[in-house]
Amino acid sequence: MSELDLAIAMLQEKLGEAVLSVESFRGETTVKIRPESIVEACTLLRDFEACPFNFLAALTAVDYFPEEPRFAVVYQLYSLPQRVFLRLKARVPSDHAEVATIEGVFPNANWHEREVFDMFGVRFLGHSDPRRILMPQDWEGHPLRKDYPLGYEEVQFSFNFDEIDRRKPYAKE
Amino acid sequence: MGVETKLGNMGVVTTTLEKVVNWSRTRAMWPMLFGLACCAIEMMAAQSADYDMSRFGMELMRASPRQSDLMIVAGRVTRKMAPVLRRLYDQMPEPKWVVAMGDCCSCGGVFNNYAVVPGVDEIVPVDVYVAGCPPRPEALIHGILTLHEKVKGEKLKDYA
Repeated sequence: MSELDLAIAMLQEKLGEAVLSVESFRGETTVKIRPESIVEACTLLRDFEACPFNFLAALTAVDYFPEEPRFAVVYQLYSLPQRVFLRLKARVPSDHAEVATIEGVFPNANWHEREVFDMFGVRFLGHSDPRRILMPQDWEGHPLRKDYPLGYEEVQFSFNFDEIDRRKPYAKE
Repeated sequence: MGVETKLGNMGVVTTTLEKVVNWSRTRAMWPMLFGLACCAIEMMAAQSADYDMSRFGMELMRASPRQSDLMIVAGRVTRKMAPVLRRLYDQMPEPKWVVAMGDCCSCGGVFNNYAVVPGVDEIVPVDVYVAGCPPRPEALIHGILTLHEKVKGEKLKDYA
């Protein structure tokens, strides 16, 4: 059995019910787990001696609007000694979009979780610095959600140049 | 306003004074380092040896807004950077001019989304727009020379 399979077997044994499914596609393995046990899963994977996943490569989210549960928080873990990737996916519903923070397990999750909060609105419980990171602090809305408008303003072509020119808020001095 | 009311319209004296003041302003205009994105590379190229900008008076670029006259906004301005840009513009002493270099700060460029301000003229008043993505160094130098023409046409009663 490869190290990755050992790690997945350990995870299924320790977490049991919380591991919903294990899929593998073209060499990439994804484990779907319940959001409540994400911290435990990350800690177990990080401390597993045969294949320690000691590097959080990415932490993002996917918006599956209008399907419920709406968001999937995706954790991409990498094992530096064994050189394997593993992906964990935790689906969270839109009315209760909260996951525990894994900042204690992987400190670099601090900024990644701030970005997921800024762009999707998924709150991370226990995060030490829950504020926006890419948009200004007083921005309303979460830009990468599917129901957020795509463009920003009407494009100024030659035929509507003058009317947009009148409406545009130019800075005077 | 001040000089004209004190001296009265002395005709040839004020026009010569105007010419001298404007000429001297164009001859030593120091730009502020405001390269935000890809246009900054072209601005650096325009400043360096091959397309020298120091032959037009822009010998050096000051990083401090207090010591510069010209703000070349090079690159896209994000929504988070906009108040910072305005604050730096306010910190520059008069006389000051702004050149919007590139498409992204003139009109938003290729971007039409939540993050990029569509045109830096919503934040600071722009004197010269230089088109291009990115504009070649020669295009930037042409923009600077157009600014020099504009400064030479300024009237004393607007600023004194």
